Amino acid sequence: MPNISVTINGITTSVREGVTVLEACELAGVEIPTLCYHPDLSLAGNCRMCLVEVEGWRTLAIACVTPVTPNMVIHTHSKKVRKARRTVLKLLLANHNVNCPECERNRNCELQELSEKHNITTNEYQTTPKPVSVEEVSPGVMRDNSRCIMCTRCVRTCEELQSVAVIKPVGRSAEIKISTFMDRGLDGVACAQCGQCINRCPTGALFETSEVRQIWEALEDPEKFVVVQTAPAVRVGIAEALGLPTGRSTGQMVASIRGLGFDRVLDTDFSADLTIIEEGHELIGRLGQALQAGDPNVHLPMITSCSPGWIKFIEHKYPHLLSNLSTCKSPQQMFGALVKTYLAEKEGIDPANIISVSIMPCTAKKYEKERPEMNASGYKDVDYVLTTRELASMIEEAGIDFEHIAEEKFDRWMGHSTGAGVIFGATGGVMEAALRTAYEVVTGHEIPFEGLNVTPVRGIEGIKEAAITMPDRMADGFEFLAGVTLKVAVAHGLSNAERLMKKVSAGEADYHFIEIMACPGGCLGGGGQPIPTSPEIRRKRAEAIYAEDAALHFRKSHANPEIQLLYAEYLEKPLGHKSHELLHTTYTPRKD
Amino acid sequence: MAAGKRLLLGDDQPSIGEALIKAMDMSPADVVFEVRESDIRGRGGAGFPTGIKWNLAGAASGDHKMVICNADEGEPGTFKDRVLIEKMAWKLLEGMTIAGYAIGSSHGIIYLRAEYPYLVPILEKARQDLISQGLLGDDIQGRGFSFNIEIRSGAGAYVCGEETSLIESLEGKRGEPRNKPPFPVNSGYLARPTVVNNVETFAAVPHILLGGAEWYQGLGRDDCSGTKLFSISGDVENPGVYELPMGAALRELLELSGAKDIAAVQVGGASGSTVTPDELDKPMSFSALPPGGSVVVFNSSRDMLDVLENFMEFFVHESCGQCTPCREGNRRLLDIIRSIRAGEIASRDDLKPFFLLADVMKAGSKCGLGQTSPNCFVDIITKFIAFPGDKEGA
Repeated sequence: MPNISVTINGITTSVREGVTVLEACELAGVEIPTLCYHPDLSLAGNCRMCLVEVEGWRTLAIACVTPVTPNMVIHTHSKKVRKARRTVLKLLLANHNVNCPECERNRNCELQELSEKHNITTNEYQTTPKPVSVEEVSPGVMRDNSRCIMCTRCVRTCEELQSVAVIKPVGRSAEIKISTFMDRGLDGVACAQCGQCINRCPTGALFETSEVRQIWEALEDPEKFVVVQTAPAVRVGIAEALGLPTGRSTGQMVASIRGLGFDRVLDTDFSADLTIIEEGHELIGRLGQALQAGDPNVHLPMITSCSPGWIKFIEHKYPHLLSNLSTCKSPQQMFGALVKTYLAEKEGIDPANIISVSIMPCTAKKYEKERPEMNASGYKDVDYVLTTRELASMIEEAGIDFEHIAEEKFDRWMGHSTGAGVIFGATGGVMEAALRTAYEVVTGHEIPFEGLNVTPVRGIEGIKEAAITMPDRMADGFEFLAGVTLKVAVAHGLSNAERLMKKVSAGEADYHFIEIMACPGGCLGGGGQPIPTSPEIRRKRAEAIYAEDAALHFRKSHANPEIQLLYAEYLEKPLGHKSHELLHTTYTPRKD
Repeated sequence: MAAGKRLLLGDDQPSIGEALIKAMDMSPADVVFEVRESDIRGRGGAGFPTGIKWNLAGAASGDHKMVICNADEGEPGTFKDRVLIEKMAWKLLEGMTIAGYAIGSSHGIIYLRAEYPYLVPILEKARQDLISQGLLGDDIQGRGFSFNIEIRSGAGAYVCGEETSLIESLEGKRGEPRNKPPFPVNSGYLARPTVVNNVETFAAVPHILLGGAEWYQGLGRDDCSGTKLFSISGDVENPGVYELPMGAALRELLELSGAKDIAAVQVGGASGSTVTPDELDKPMSFSALPPGGSVVVFNSSRDMLDVLENFMEFFVHESCGQCTPCREGNRRLLDIIRSIRAGEIASRDDLKPFFLLADVMKAGSKCGLGQTSPNCFVDIITKFIAFPGDKEGA
């Protein structure tokens, strides 16, 4: 596209033809307020916040949708524009539930921020606020329509990014609201509980089902031994949630959590490594059955099962592919099952007194822990799940100076991280970790990528593919893999997952192994992560994840000394009897 | 009963198929040219030049171009399309077929108002008749041009008279306006280049083709071309559909229909303009009093605030709710109307924020609904409502 000339607020500038007025203004350093616009989503143009004046136009133009045309003359804060924007803002506030201190999004709300910026102090259109209506109670995600401004970012997220499409505008005009089929609520439809809608809501209409209160109570109960695990992506997100730049902050996170009063601060990276051992052997087993025994009924490709939003999605939409899922529980649930068995033994604590908490970048984890099968320890394996955001709110409430706190390390037995566990937090990470271990198991050699970095499965592309050809000489017992080209695929975001599953269903995919993460970018872009989100923010979090991996001494799951101890002292061997009891699970076909 | 020549509903009608056959003797570009030269502008109300629309759609790149007839006649007080379909359905179908020939389309859809189910058999019969006469369907008159028409019913939403909402509805989605650009001529139904025209516009096309652009142009008055159907109702002796030269004075229509004791006239429906007895000599033209299809007369016994509240209730009900100014603005206007009725507004000055709101709705709403719904508020409050604080004579 050629460049064209446009004039913005009297200054003529050259921009690429085809960009929107909003993009042109951004390039020119002119800020335009937006609400329904989001860099991850299609353009709706319904909030009308970004109105600008274009000379020669009968009406005002919306900057987010309108493409620039040659010699367009744009005014972004003329009297007409300023009046229109202030009026739109007042209309949105007129019946909004402005009880900001009670809102999860207080101080991180786009509507609040715009009201401040536009100095809205009085409102001539004030009317009765919409009543508080927490209609949709589900394990992970809640909605209060009294805070909704009908921007439809949640609707577009659910449909475009996630192919779930269970929330829609219902009714019209004054009665319009975002709802589910027949007002069944998120718990009554095929919601994946991924929480991506929360991350893109400009106000507090969507939020996680909170368990902060229960956790304070557990911490304050001297009888309880409160154990916490922290997921890989939390350590690259928590700083953002506390108003600090994105970056690695594992040491500060551990110190802050310990400061809150948890009895043991442990690492989900440990059980991520454990997942790799179990899942890697499961894959090798399936490949052996298919390639060595020639069994045509082996379920390949094998698909990862770490992401509970993904699991719920496939249970609803592709129940015929459930046998392709790895039977491995997610790292959270493996961890939970071991806390009240292995760790209880190690620490000499009665499991009945243990409260098992996990801190996750995820809302679907709140749903996952409630699944009826998740009680392998004889107790509820994970009692409470906090999102990264909820953890940040606890740290703030406790007055902990996260930025300056001295770094600390995780506690022992289930607190040792490897780089392989850390990269679980990014799309492609499980695949990379699995390949680092599985390749070495079957060949006896390290995977032939420089610095162990399996770069083809990294990056933000929606679907990534890689093929790795095995050498001619294999380790003993794995000769059947000699010269075989292992084909793998990675998808993140459920729309991309759906694209892959359509291929698998149609028999058009010859992959051996597929990694799926429900959220864009993987867990680092999870529904429990700090708000806002954007491709740029997720890129920074991914950088931090891979930097953490590169900085760790152990980079391969099977090298984790605590994992080696766990097998030596407790589990005996991968896919053994105890593993099956504690670490593997089953799935349930679901109707909508 | 009407002064001037009656075309659309006149007794002297061309024979069925005559215009289509004449069109097919011409090149598609010449047909577009003829329509363009006739200066006919859309009869639904917005008044976009039909020839320009056809030209754009004809030139647009894309297969499976579409011709859609907007028969979602929903503007309060409008019933001209209903009468036209009842009496001359064939002419609408023929106009669509000519449009198809002109822009290179083989598929047309009639989007019929949900409240007009009794017109379905009438349209269906006309369609079958044309097919059996070889004037519709595959390989029309052995000329290698095929055109099929589907009849589909709306679901009762006023906003679906807006062409992009209509297209969304046809696609099976929620009837909500789209962002423009792209315009339907480039990306309409199923992203295909699409012409959407009103029933009356299509029905005029055969006359233009047969009489010629110059002749058609000469039928209009003021700066307008052709004739126009008006549905007149309210405080008149003879309500009904009248055909007058486009651009005729409002007074002419009022006299024909026997309006007496006129206090106010609403031209162009609820979203049109409301005029006082001083304004009756204005021409019903796009530049003076854009007519749409509806003229409603109110005599001196009518409470205009009542009228306004009724219209505003209508808009509050019919806003699709998608964009902020229309969804929230209409409700706030209705609230303030009710405050006026309750005697809570002492002075015109108290309404300043609501006139500003009306301006913002006109300039900032996504589609014609929100852009025009404040018209009745502004007109009626300005011209017809007195406040305790008004100076004498206001």
